[in-house]
Amino acid sequence: MEPFTTLTAVAAPMPMQNIDTDKIIPARFLKTIKRSGLGIHLFDPLRFNKDGSEKPDFVLNQEPYRKAQVIIAHENFGCGSSREHAPWALLDFGIRCIIAPDFADIFYNNSFKNGILPIRLPRPVCDQLIEDAKLGGNARVTVDLERQVVVRPNGEEIHFDIDLFRKHSLLNGLDDIGQTLQHGASIDSFEAKRRQSQPWMPSTAA
Amino acid sequence: MSATRPRTLFDKIWDSHVVEQLPDGTCILYIDRHLVHEVTSPQAFEGLRMSGRRLRRPDCTIAVADHNIPTTDRRLGIKEEDSRIQVETLEKNVVEFGVPYIPIMDVRQGIVHIIGPELGISLPGTTIVCGDSHTSTHGALGALAFGIGTSEVEHVMATQTLLQRPAKNMKIEVTGTLGFGCSAKDIVLAIIGKITTAGGTGHVIEYTGDTIRALDMAGRFTISNMSIEAGARAGLIAPDQTTFDYVRGREFAPKGEAFEQAVAYWKTLPSDQGAHFDTVVTLTTAEIAPMITWGTTPGAVIPVTGVVPNPADEPDEAKRSQMQRMLEYMALQPGQNLQDVPVDVVFIGSCTNGRIEDIRAAAAVARGRKVADGVQALVVPGSGLVKQQAEQEGLDRILLEAGFEWREPCCSMCLGMNPDKLTPGQRCASTSNRNFEGRQGPNGRTHLLSPSMAAAAAVTGRLTDVRQLG
Ligand code: SF4
Repeated sequence: MEPFTTLTAVAAPMPMQNIDTDKIIPARFLKTIKRSGLGIHLFDPLRFNKDGSEKPDFVLNQEPYRKAQVIIAHENFGCGSSREHAPWALLDFGIRCIIAPDFADIFYNNSFKNGILPIRLPRPVCDQLIEDAKLGGNARVTVDLERQVVVRPNGEEIHFDIDLFRKHSLLNGLDDIGQTLQHGASIDSFEAKRRQSQPWMPSTAA
Repeated sequence: MSATRPRTLFDKIWDSHVVEQLPDGTCILYIDRHLVHEVTSPQAFEGLRMSGRRLRRPDCTIAVADHNIPTTDRRLGIKEEDSRIQVETLEKNVVEFGVPYIPIMDVRQGIVHIIGPELGISLPGTTIVCGDSHTSTHGALGALAFGIGTSEVEHVMATQTLLQRPAKNMKIEVTGTLGFGCSAKDIVLAIIGKITTAGGTGHVIEYTGDTIRALDMAGRFTISNMSIEAGARAGLIAPDQTTFDYVRGREFAPKGEAFEQAVAYWKTLPSDQGAHFDTVVTLTTAEIAPMITWGTTPGAVIPVTGVVPNPADEPDEAKRSQMQRMLEYMALQPGQNLQDVPVDVVFIGSCTNGRIEDIRAAAAVARGRKVADGVQALVVPGSGLVKQQAEQEGLDRILLEAGFEWREPCCSMCLGMNPDKLTPGQRCASTSNRNFEGRQGPNGRTHLLSPSMAAAAAVTGRLTDVRQLG
């Protein structure tokens, strides 16, 4: 996983609530056995007409937002399915950070596993950042994970919260599995205890 | 943690599965049951392979293909190449990693959230995960069951644990006797309408109250299933006699003395008197009529007797513009009565409403009636065992005589990954769980409702109050 430290980038304003995972990547694009190459289908129903041509009024079809690395949206971003194809598609397009008042839980988790930083900020702050983002390429936003601040184009700094464990993993690009496996002895002894206390627990292997 | 503090059902399951707590409060949570399907697992198996890791507990894992499977004759194979590759990849992976697998031609094959409970793999008091958001379904047994992403699927495969932080507790209490024509689907749609699609975010819901207690397991699964649509990761119902009777005798469930030991433990799980809930919501059955969604989020729901809301009455601008967009997409007008809106397709099935009880409810409405001209009505049982039982009860005959199509079990038109899809502009009365734009096929329009309401729409050719059919 690519570490996330600081990012200064164009932000795409997407002032919509409930941007669900079927909008981010519809089910028909899930028939892949790979993680890569999904960026071309990102936001497919919003981005493309039925004949495959671009919808000119969708923000990611406009300059400078074609190169956006940040999205700023409204409530409940990423609701719906557990599909990790959603963050894979965002990442493949180039998005590294999403700022919204709140996120659906599974999407929020999935983002971290892929080096995407989801930031929760109050709605009025998001609205302010959306206004900044509308100014385009001359109004880049900076996200500094170490210091936990979003820096507006005018220099104003906005603090955000994040769990320490997630911050550490993201800053260092650490993979969760490797970290958990260091606790292998605890897992072994937990399993041994459970075999004693719940001897009735059946196997799934018939 | 003091053992004397009153705890919720969720707290108890959580506490008994914490392997270790890390300094920032993140927990390594032990997972008892891992359900695997073809769409969200290939990249996880690939990850294991690349890092030279093995699957830690194949004996706690079970795999089945359900999303991509055709609902027509299985012996002909899967025509669409990308779907076939996904299923073949799963079949190769289960062999390589030694995962128990239920083959497509096995009578026990079906939607993962139907077959887990049906086979006794999902049990009370356990932690159950699957790379699928509707894993919340299994919570109806009094299990902590939630959906995970593919990276987490790989994490469970490698470690049999997940890194998690505890959720907040929410209690939703439903009281009163359900009215004529109402079902569990109407309860859960009314709940989502009340608390909104983000109302449960960060919470695990426990459903309580005499209305919930009176439900059979099928109804309880329907409610837990849609917890995710209320933003919650999981939705639990305390195990009781209904639960134990359901689990007893199922293929993988504990047997004999072991079953009695298990029940003794399961009886300790219900929330203690005075346990703390961060959020409490109450609902009475007086607020519940046959419900139907008008928009493209499950929270955009009204009683069938109501009218489509007017965006002009919504003070919040973001909400107002979303409502406008939804009305445009659904081709509906503010103030419109949903009854009498014609439908093109009716879909009865999915992990929400694909159980035998749901098919009985649909057949009861279909009996002696005919599907309206020009309407395609699909009934897709949730599993091979459900299909078999329905056929033993003669429900397939009733439905076929009425002009419904009787299909092979899988997810089907719930998300349109197999050939069952809406064509652009088609309107569908669906017993599934998501009415998102394009969910059942690009530019398709979905109205969520109960199985009997769906059957009523099929025979009248329009959205209908099932109570008027008598
Ligand atoms: S029936 Fe629908 S919601 Fe359920 S697992 Fe299948 S696709 Fe998902």
